[in-house]
Amino acid sequence: MIWVNDIVQGVLLGGLYALFACGLSLLFGVMKVINLAHGDLAIVAGYLAVGVIAVTHIPAVWSFIIVVPLFAVLGYLIQRTLIQASLNRGVLTTLLVTFGLSVVIENALQQFFSANSRSLNIGSLVSDSFSIGSHITIAYLDLAIFVVAVIVLLGLQYLLTSSRQGRLIRAVADDREAAQLAGADYRHVFGIAAAIAFATVALAGIAYGMYTSFDPSSGTTALLLLFAFEAVVIGGLGSLWGTLVGGILLGVVQQLGGQVNSNDQLLAGQLLFLLVLLVLPQGITSFSFFRRTA
Amino acid sequence: MSEATATAPSVTAPAVRVTRSRRSTLWAAIGALVVIAVLAYLPYVVYSGTTSLMVDFFILLIMASMWNLLAGYAGLVSVGQQAFIGLGSYFVLIGGLNKIDPFLGLPLAALASGVVGLIVWWLLSRLRSGYFAIATWVIASICYLVVIRFAVLGGGTGEGLSGLPSVSSTLLDAYIYWVALGVTVIVLLGVYVLLRGRLGLVLTALRDDETGARSVGVRATRAQLLVFVVAAIGCGAAGGLEIISQPFVQPNAAFSVQWTAEMIFACLIGGIGTIEGPIVGTIVFFALQQWLSNYGTWYFIVLGAVAITVAIWAPRGLWGTFSERFGVRLFPVGYWLWPAGQLNRPGLSRLPFPRRPGDTKPGT
Repeated sequence: MIWVNDIVQGVLLGGLYALFACGLSLLFGVMKVINLAHGDLAIVAGYLAVGVIAVTHIPAVWSFIIVVPLFAVLGYLIQRTLIQASLNRGVLTTLLVTFGLSVVIENALQQFFSANSRSLNIGSLVSDSFSIGSHITIAYLDLAIFVVAVIVLLGLQYLLTSSRQGRLIRAVADDREAAQLAGADYRHVFGIAAAIAFATVALAGIAYGMYTSFDPSSGTTALLLLFAFEAVVIGGLGSLWGTLVGGILLGVVQQLGGQVNSNDQLLAGQLLFLLVLLVLPQGITSFSFFRRTA
Repeated sequence: MSEATATAPSVTAPAVRVTRSRRSTLWAAIGALVVIAVLAYLPYVVYSGTTSLMVDFFILLIMASMWNLLAGYAGLVSVGQQAFIGLGSYFVLIGGLNKIDPFLGLPLAALASGVVGLIVWWLLSRLRSGYFAIATWVIASICYLVVIRFAVLGGGTGEGLSGLPSVSSTLLDAYIYWVALGVTVIVLLGVYVLLRGRLGLVLTALRDDETGARSVGVRATRAQLLVFVVAAIGCGAAGGLEIISQPFVQPNAAFSVQWTAEMIFACLIGGIGTIEGPIVGTIVFFALQQWLSNYGTWYFIVLGAVAITVAIWAPRGLWGTFSERFGVRLFPVGYWLWPAGQLNRPGLSRLPFPRRPGDTKPGT
């Protein structure tokens, strides 16, 4: 029965990974940019939340009300300046620039906040849990993060398929020139997409800060970027629900690996990624069972 | 129609000369020999603190040259080269544990890294640009996770290297220095010879027009495989030098993404896509590092910011900009085109310079 609990925990952990992944997936889907600073930006959101809480004394849970809009603005600005400028140079340059950004962010955080680890204090919520049967224990926080991930994915789905802005984003992603001929300013649309992606990164960073403690190098040492990317690839690119499936699979495999040997938790996840890459390079959702509209 | 094309060249055929080297190349060759001779003599005149600093310099230079080969010539942006640095270190350590002299273990470790590179390439060859970049990072993470499982290799805490020659520490430092210098010379020369030959042509064709090159039968994947394996060997050698110079290894440091950050920054600042670029970049990198070393992590922030700026606004880097301006090439891997009538000065805009998407300059 302990396996059942592990699977439940893995599914919940997968929610956090999916939350991390949707920003990465959106940026790649719309402008073919893989943001190598993704994990570090999430850590920046965590530190920003720490700062906001220290200044305004609002409960940690509500810090997202301030941090998420700030990050959306930051995303728009970074897209319109750094990322757009490097996009004009080619895809290779976007990788170099976002990698440089990642290193700068990590070291700047270290310079200003020291290497000490922080966490977002949410009182007893961090440990409160309820039980189903005698073996399955679910922490409220984990469940809340999972629910937030599902809500964010639903919101993105609605935004991209049903709103005017979402249609613009998809149009520009499909054919930039044609969208431009029809009067869309692709730079602005890219900025909007980046703002949305950064908003989800901020949510993920705050959720991570509640989930565990973080320090300036967590963006790379905690492998946040890699997990997000793996969730996207395992699930299949371009499918938001695939990303959730990928995150959940990654979480479950990590939990089960950790059950075998606590050192194997990360390794199991990485090997799953390699396996998917080899056997199903289009992702799990390319399986005929999942194949509907992406 | 056919008459016109048949007769036209014989009338107006310009006396274009195509040469490989210019006088600057000869001077560069002489200069390089002098520099190598001076560097080889260095342990006799300076303290071992300086030579061990130079060993760090050589290690970075090797890594930067390898990354330049990957990204600047083959278009493979890897952010997981620390995998081969770490593996190179650990292969030397494994050799040391099995009573193999570390100096003999070094080339073996480099070759073993190359074999791993071959396997990794088989896994990654289908991936492109960003996918490839993160997948290399995943590979590095896997290498780290596998290595720390072995208690005999020190697990997560690391292990000291034994079996270094039992000579005085001054002499040992000198040995390490000479070996590092030797490896650096071999790597730079190897890159030069590779790029001068068929591989250089293939890579240039791919860079300028991949679809066109593939359609006339250029074997793109094979060229990229060769570059990836060579880079794995080079980075493995750098990792081997690292453990020999320490002489211990810590898995966190050996597999740190910081290695890749350093090689990318050195490459970008010096000028990606030229052989001279990483040399210039490593010198600048080292100067900045020494200069800002008292200010904590600032040197990395400054270097990162400079690298981002260079990548966007001066993508040819220091050397590329200088070389384009003055037409100087120390390691000529392309050809000089000397138009008729202008015997002293080739048309600078016609030089076979690296072209990147977004460059609007015509005629390159």
